[in-house]
Amino acid sequence: MRVAHYLNQFFGGIGGEEVADTSPQLHAGAVGPGRVLDSMLGEATVVSTLVCGDGFFNEREGEANEAVWAWLEETQADLVVAGPAFAAGRYGVACSHVCRIANEMDLPSVTGLHPENPGRVVYPKAYAVPVGRTAAGMKDALEAMVALGRRLAEGVDVGPAEVEGYLPRGIRRPGHRDRPGAERAVEMLVAKLRGESFRTEIPVEGYDAVAPAPPIADLTQVTLGLVTSGAIVPKGNPDHFRRASETRWSRYPLGVLDALDADAYECVHGGFFNMIACENPNLVLPLDAVRALERSGAIGRVADFYCCTTGNDQRLADCARNGREIASALAEAGVEAALLVAT
Amino acid sequence: MVSALPPIALQAGGNRVVKGVKIEHVCGNPSLGSAGDAALRRRIVERCLEALATPVSSPTLFTVEESEEPRP
Repeated sequence: MRVAHYLNQFFGGIGGEEVADTSPQLHAGAVGPGRVLDSMLGEATVVSTLVCGDGFFNEREGEANEAVWAWLEETQADLVVAGPAFAAGRYGVACSHVCRIANEMDLPSVTGLHPENPGRVVYPKAYAVPVGRTAAGMKDALEAMVALGRRLAEGVDVGPAEVEGYLPRGIRRPGHRDRPGAERAVEMLVAKLRGESFRTEIPVEGYDAVAPAPPIADLTQVTLGLVTSGAIVPKGNPDHFRRASETRWSRYPLGVLDALDADAYECVHGGFFNMIACENPNLVLPLDAVRALERSGAIGRVADFYCCTTGNDQRLADCARNGREIASALAEAGVEAALLVAT
Repeated sequence: MVSALPPIALQAGGNRVVKGVKIEHVCGNPSLGSAGDAALRRRIVERCLEALATPVSSPTLFTVEESEEPRP
């Protein structure tokens, strides 16, 4: 069995965020964790590895997709393995796209994602085994991916997610149940009304849909609040915001500041090359442009503080709570419209 | 919201998403020089204001054209 393996620039041994723009590179055989994968495959072999920077894949999606397509056509693999990407968002998105392209080419594929990896939303139909947040779980992740991937490559009829242990793909197949749907539904309703535990047959996964706010009729009268998940903090990072996996948010005064000066503010986000944002924090929180528009009268006024967190590997539950808390802080301050910059 | 990765922002349910430039410099582009960067940033923020004033019924993408001039 011939296996094709996809890796990002970090696991491909090229480097970290500073080289996330790396264009797709082909390597014969296994690279980095691919060697561990190879050792688990027995008779099968990693014949080719595609390494691509996470920034490149996400920002130049068309070119990246073409490179993956060409690579898989040339490799003639029996199985495509992507990642595992753990909780790394852009890497997870890339791995999901690799699985999508493989699927379009009728090639079996498998990846490994943390259940909250945003890559899952990009292509939920990927066969993804649930893995930990960090590369500490590499060996277990690869073992689970090999086990599932082998079955997919052999053309075995793979059972439902909860039986096989992969992440739910949102696909329902016809099958037999002991009791008709009406009975099961009424039983579930009764249990719900009694406050007892019950188990839905159609779990609703993913993000909550939030109804769009109505449009602002007259921006020249509103108070605009500024928010960023790009970890722009006062120099010295007084609240000790983490570079990743932050659970909190904070607010910082803007007073009469005209722009965010590099001497007074910095970017502590660890999910991208942040030196550019450190040199000019307005590139993430565009205070200079917002002030210019406030002066010109296009915006009524700007709230005298901004809200901030590190949107990097933040647990979904924390994201939701932080979002609610930020929204209520803004509302209390009379803010009627918010500008959020996500990195 | 401004995002350099609109597909993710839209799929996560962002209702008014303005396409940013790049993850490292979402609101601007230092390679355009100081004036060019500032002008691009202003266009992005202006687009945000337009988005805020636009009725939407579901996640909607707003883009900034490279050639777009700042409003007078």
